[in-house]
Amino acid sequence: MGIEPVRSDMAMHEVEDGYLSDSAVYSSIAEILGRVSKPPNMVADRDKDLYEQLLVIVSPLTRKKDLDEEILFVTALKALSGVVYKISNIYHASLLRNIFSMCIWDYGLDARIALLELIANLAVVPDKFLEDSLEMLVRNFQPPERMHEYICQSKWREEKKRIDGQLHETLCSITHLVPLAPVKLMGILRRRMPTFRTSKALLVSFVECMLGLESNEIGQYLQSTLLSMVVELLVDLDVNITWEDILKEDHNRSVFDMEVEDLEDNAEINSVGSQTVYRKGEGFGDLKHRMTNKLDSVMVIVCEHIKSSACDGRLVKIFETLIESFRRTVLNAHKSKFSQFIIFYACSLDPEICGLKFAILLTDIFVSKAEDPISRMSAIAYVASFLSRARFISSAVVSSIVKRLVEWCYDFCYLQASTERIKNPRGHRLFYAGCQAVMYILCFRMRLLMDIPELKEILFNLPLEAIFCHPLDPLRVCLPTIVQEFLRQAMAAHLLKKPFLSCHPNDLLESEFSKAFGGVERLDMFFPFDPYLLKHSDRFMRPNFEFWSMVKKTYSNFNSDDDLDDLDPDSADEGSHDGLDDEELADEDGEDDLGCSMNNMSITPRPVFEMATASGSIPIPSRMPARIRPSVSPI
Amino acid sequence: MEGLMVSDANLTVYIHPSMGNRIRGAILSQLSSLLFKYDEIFEGVLLAYQVDGRSRSARILPGLVPYFGVKLRASLLLFSPKPNMFIEGKVVKLGRESIHATVLGFSSVAIMLEDIRAEFKYKTRDGVGTFTSRYNKHHLIKVGSIIRFIVKSLDEEMLHISGSLVPPNTGCIYWLSKHEVDDASQKERGTKRNRADGVEENALEQDPSFFRSSKRSRPHESKTRKE
Repeated sequence: MGIEPVRSDMAMHEVEDGYLSDSAVYSSIAEILGRVSKPPNMVADRDKDLYEQLLVIVSPLTRKKDLDEEILFVTALKALSGVVYKISNIYHASLLRNIFSMCIWDYGLDARIALLELIANLAVVPDKFLEDSLEMLVRNFQPPERMHEYICQSKWREEKKRIDGQLHETLCSITHLVPLAPVKLMGILRRRMPTFRTSKALLVSFVECMLGLESNEIGQYLQSTLLSMVVELLVDLDVNITWEDILKEDHNRSVFDMEVEDLEDNAEINSVGSQTVYRKGEGFGDLKHRMTNKLDSVMVIVCEHIKSSACDGRLVKIFETLIESFRRTVLNAHKSKFSQFIIFYACSLDPEICGLKFAILLTDIFVSKAEDPISRMSAIAYVASFLSRARFISSAVVSSIVKRLVEWCYDFCYLQASTERIKNPRGHRLFYAGCQAVMYILCFRMRLLMDIPELKEILFNLPLEAIFCHPLDPLRVCLPTIVQEFLRQAMAAHLLKKPFLSCHPNDLLESEFSKAFGGVERLDMFFPFDPYLLKHSDRFMRPNFEFWSMVKKTYSNFNSDDDLDDLDPDSADEGSHDGLDDEELADEDGEDDLGCSMNNMSITPRPVFEMATASGSIPIPSRMPARIRPSVSPI
Repeated sequence: MEGLMVSDANLTVYIHPSMGNRIRGAILSQLSSLLFKYDEIFEGVLLAYQVDGRSRSARILPGLVPYFGVKLRASLLLFSPKPNMFIEGKVVKLGRESIHATVLGFSSVAIMLEDIRAEFKYKTRDGVGTFTSRYNKHHLIKVGSIIRFIVKSLDEEMLHISGSLVPPNTGCIYWLSKHEVDDASQKERGTKRNRADGVEENALEQDPSFFRSSKRSRPHESKTRKE
């Protein structure tokens, strides 16, 4: 930046005509620094004064009032970055303190550039300031406190992008010169990573900046760490929104419903119910509200990041990391609710590679004897839910995985288990979970599999009947709602020859066995990819999500496909494709096939549900995720 | 280049029982965790390893956690720079005040102005900065050239080396390799010329303040009025 006016007291080497060159300023600052590099009692008073003046100019506290001051500041910073090797951490501690406590958000573009250049130069001085420099940069990932309110405004968003870019550039240039800097950076990021308690603005800006780092040069070294840190944060937020919070709402609704009328489902009543809960929900934990809000925003950022890296062709690489951290954290987090949708979204961007990999990984975990039972139980829950809900997974993949699961179940009951009757369902919970997964997937996919002759043949060759007839009797232990729906579809498709229904009276919604199998907390009732409840990030999941209302069932006009083709899936998308329908599944009984299926396929928007989401003050629409539940009444 | 060596090591790797069914993987991951970090036992940085053989028997160690120790022999490639060693590195950044280089792609080196011998003069041509020797214009250091320097000090944690180009047999390795043979004569010629130029020239090279004052008296191209 050419030559700048400099205050006379700064200038030690003035030339007669009153001009001062950059190099003269540099050398004068170098000289000041050199002269105070002595024990304090040996420094001349004049030098001390000059040094003090330098400190005043390079001070983090004084806002730069006018252009002159700013220019002076910039010049001083530039001069300092020219003489970094003169700066000692013993004699110039106060100067360093000033520099490292600066906040780049306070300054204009020129000052920012100069400051970041100084920081980059300091960082590469051997053995001295690397840690402080990185720490300073990472601290600036977040805006200062006074800006928290404005940071969402569009003007500041632009500015934030620019600042993020500058920070990334600086970090990259440091890495270019000090190739091991990312190791240190990793430690600092871990230390400064905000927790789930941090305010939303801070959390969002930090995560945004951190993920930005992932996509540039530093990402090569730190990719896995950065992503897994973000996933850990998501899980943290996730587990702080408890199922109880959601269940409580649901509980309210059921109770209310019971008061209004009997439990038998009816759209009108249901809507009254949810409206009430919506009102009740407002007074509910403010904390939870904020938590879901935060989670929602972070999800949006992460999804956008995944999307942009998919555009750059780095998806497969990122996916490796995601899946690794999924295995480590999400899979074993007890009934995680939202974080798993990151993987869902990543899979939807590349179903052939990522989707397949994810499905196979989960099946491998389930089948592997080396894994611990809890991981296996949650893996099977994931695989069931994933294959049912992920619209992008091809029928061929579904059929091969179903085949593998059925074979595993068959081996289990005929090779491993003795021929005992169900005495201890808990002991064989893996088997039951496997059977339930097969049935659950088939509830969603049977019709599609039937439509392709090769896959239909595979399906018909599966030893399903042999498994269901085994003395372990999975049909009596698995969730009755799933069993009912499965049997109904299987009968309609002639998949099962024997009349299994007879041994299951229709009124038996929850058998004693399935209750004994683990109660509410049991893992087989966990459907990780049930409809997504976060408002803003929903747009990423929705297009690829299979809602129960859109599932083609075998019993609905199995022989004439044309009827179903009339239904426009898009219209179902925009409307309230509902969480409700899954409950209808729970409540329906096999009376009139046609009537019921019409009901299930209903695409009429439900006004109340819409209101609950659109009015927006409560992020979780006051419903359970559309889980298939054994019973509507709280246990 | 000095500082690189291969050493044979007898190691005992402690393995957690959970890794009991994949010993080889566990050994490799243990050894890999040492890579690119300074280790006081090796007195250097482990760059590569090769497991030569391991004993068939492993001993379960007494204690609360039943780790077991597997004995093995491995050859390790170590990088252990010490002060006054000659090391080679690639220049990645060059400025008026400093030269930055990386050694073996991971260890960074900074050579500050005070550690660059007066023979080298900073010049910019077409916006590209170089340090060029006063005695031989073909001896120049620019971004991308490989230089040999001497280790002044070393931050072991970050492998951040402070280097020096003061000794005469340091500089751009391309030039040095060509002229090493007549190194002696070069030196002689250098001293002769120094003597001929006289004391003033020496002072100019060694005393920065002198250099500055002489520069300041020159007219400058762009100036703004001082307030």
